[in-house]
Amino acid sequence: MSAGTLYDKVWDLHRVAELPGGSTQLFIGLHLIHEVTSPQAFAALNDLGLSVRHPERTVATVDHIVPTTSQARPFADPLAEQMLATLEANCAEHGITLHGIGSGRQGIVHVIAPELGLTQPGMTVACGDSHTSTHGAFGAIAFGIGTSQVRDVLASQSLAMGKLKVRRIWVEGQLQSGVYAKDLVLHVIRSLGVKGGVGYAYEFAGPAIEVLSMEERMTLCNMAIEGGARCGYVNPDQITFDDLKGRPFAPAGAAWDRAVAWWSSLASGPDALYDDEVRFDATVIAPTVTWGITPGQGIGVDEAVPTLEQTPPDERPLAQEAYRYMDLQPGKPIAGTPVDVCFIGSCTNGRLSDLQAAAAVAKGRRVAPGIKAFVVPGSEQVAAAAEAEGLDRVFLAAGFEWREPGCSMCLAMNPDRLEGRQISASSSNRNFKGRQGSASGRTLLMSPAMVAAAAIAGKVSDVRQLLPTVPCQQR
Amino acid sequence: MTSTPFPMGPIQALRGRAVVVAGDDIDTDRIIPARFLKCIAFEGLGSQVFADDRAERPASHPFDHPAAQGASLLVVNRNFGCGSSREHAPQALMRWGIRAVVGESFAEIFYGNCLALGIPCFTAPHDGVLSLQAALAAIPTLQLVVCLDSLRLEAADGQSWQLELQPGPRQMLLSGQWDATSQLLSNGADLDRLVGALPYLNGF
Ligand code: SF4
Repeated sequence: MSAGTLYDKVWDLHRVAELPGGSTQLFIGLHLIHEVTSPQAFAALNDLGLSVRHPERTVATVDHIVPTTSQARPFADPLAEQMLATLEANCAEHGITLHGIGSGRQGIVHVIAPELGLTQPGMTVACGDSHTSTHGAFGAIAFGIGTSQVRDVLASQSLAMGKLKVRRIWVEGQLQSGVYAKDLVLHVIRSLGVKGGVGYAYEFAGPAIEVLSMEERMTLCNMAIEGGARCGYVNPDQITFDDLKGRPFAPAGAAWDRAVAWWSSLASGPDALYDDEVRFDATVIAPTVTWGITPGQGIGVDEAVPTLEQTPPDERPLAQEAYRYMDLQPGKPIAGTPVDVCFIGSCTNGRLSDLQAAAAVAKGRRVAPGIKAFVVPGSEQVAAAAEAEGLDRVFLAAGFEWREPGCSMCLAMNPDRLEGRQISASSSNRNFKGRQGSASGRTLLMSPAMVAAAAIAGKVSDVRQLLPTVPCQQR
Repeated sequence: MTSTPFPMGPIQALRGRAVVVAGDDIDTDRIIPARFLKCIAFEGLGSQVFADDRAERPASHPFDHPAAQGASLLVVNRNFGCGSSREHAPQALMRWGIRAVVGESFAEIFYGNCLALGIPCFTAPHDGVLSLQAALAAIPTLQLVVCLDSLRLEAADGQSWQLELQPGPRQMLLSGQWDATSQLLSNGADLDRLVGALPYLNGF
């Protein structure tokens, strides 16, 4: 059993009571809501005649259904309009802050909470969205919940939970130039499998993790859930504190120093006990691309689609289904696979540094003929920061579209979607069948820089060949 | 789809026919594609369960098999319900008529979402699930009953399988307290104490 880890400490601090069923009542420090998974929770709350216990601890935004072209109200899609209107009414009725379109603070829920300084070390964070694991980058214990649990958090600011085991993912060395946190996490999931993390929280640690920026750490923790781990986290350190300082909801003045001392005390101690540990070497990781229909079906861009013989027996049925669905040949290199659509965005890779990395590749180049390429900033703040440094003009000059913030083609609940059998190079997190809006559409997951490279070449290509060589100390 | 009432109160046993959806890592995007999430109520979801998989193989998807109509048990393999946290997935299954799931393993959020609706997710070892699936392939209309007390799954033809269910969820279902809201609300004083003590809620 784990002991002395950040997970253990935060768990203990938030334990309200042991419940008769054997689970623990856990206080939730920050509750984030959006338009897709909250309306039924508010309806249930009203049916039960309950009110919101701590409306000041719940924060709302709208992200999944927002159009990324015209955001004028009412939305062209009446269902999308109804969803936002319902969220607005629920927030108004219950006194919950909503960061809506045009507020300057709207965006994908997992982008805006860290950006506003709402997400802080040592908190428990819950949201009706599986990628809530993102917030673990700050040393929070953050996890996705279902709509019944959203109702429970609204009503009681707490949840009935079972404690997870803790696995330390220790990463030695440094990522090479052109290799990003996205590649690292795809590599981890490829190695441990999409169900490898079930029952675990993943603690990411080691020399390769310590030097990652907060945005890279968010990419990493974001995809912990794709490895089956309900939450992932990185211990808070100076990089965390520097990032938080001065953000609108971060502590200030004398409270700041007390906060830093408290946050520092929460990090896993040197003698912390883990239920499990797995080690990786960052130096051997190549830009990684998925070829199949789960995020675990990933390979280095310099590798070939694995053959059935190279696939462990119990993964063969899924591999066969993936060959059929993706229409990719086993044994054939993934580099050179033609793509139709290139999407840069999502809560995994829609932050400023992601757009900078993609723009560095796009700069002075042109999107290949016939390719639809578009960039969707993760939030209004990301969009403004990117525009301030001219990234929008770099993308537009290269032939990318520059859109308004939202989830967009990550899951295609808005008008951005694949058509028919189109294949996308996507910086999002899920390559499930039908994920990007067409029941037969296909998705290749990769880093934003790799998506930009695919857009320029019109096919999957190794971004390292398009980048100037940078010594890793300067990353 | 059945008109069986939704789960309510203590659940001692579950009975009925079963539908088998074989394969590992079946994600919630497949159980209910994202476009059906554009709703503010769960009501209509039952008919949309597995919509794209069913359209891909018209009339041959397990949920469209004549023997599956009216089934209340779902038999799956490993890591069922992975991916998105959408409760729309168990809601769609429940509204179609599913009242219990048997599989090798489940994604955690899906498991919890099912429990919150009073739908147990039982596990059984690989071989057990395969033999159950084989029995159902041989007799698709086989009547089954699962007892929450003994955790035995018994078939009308005399075969039986041992299932597992974590003690907590099992107790919650047996006692009818699988819906946590009232329990959570009953500890208000403890909750207030904690709110008064947490550094980040008190200026550190
Ligand atoms: S960007 Fe994609 S994964 Fe992230 S919250 Fe939006 S839909 Fe979910």
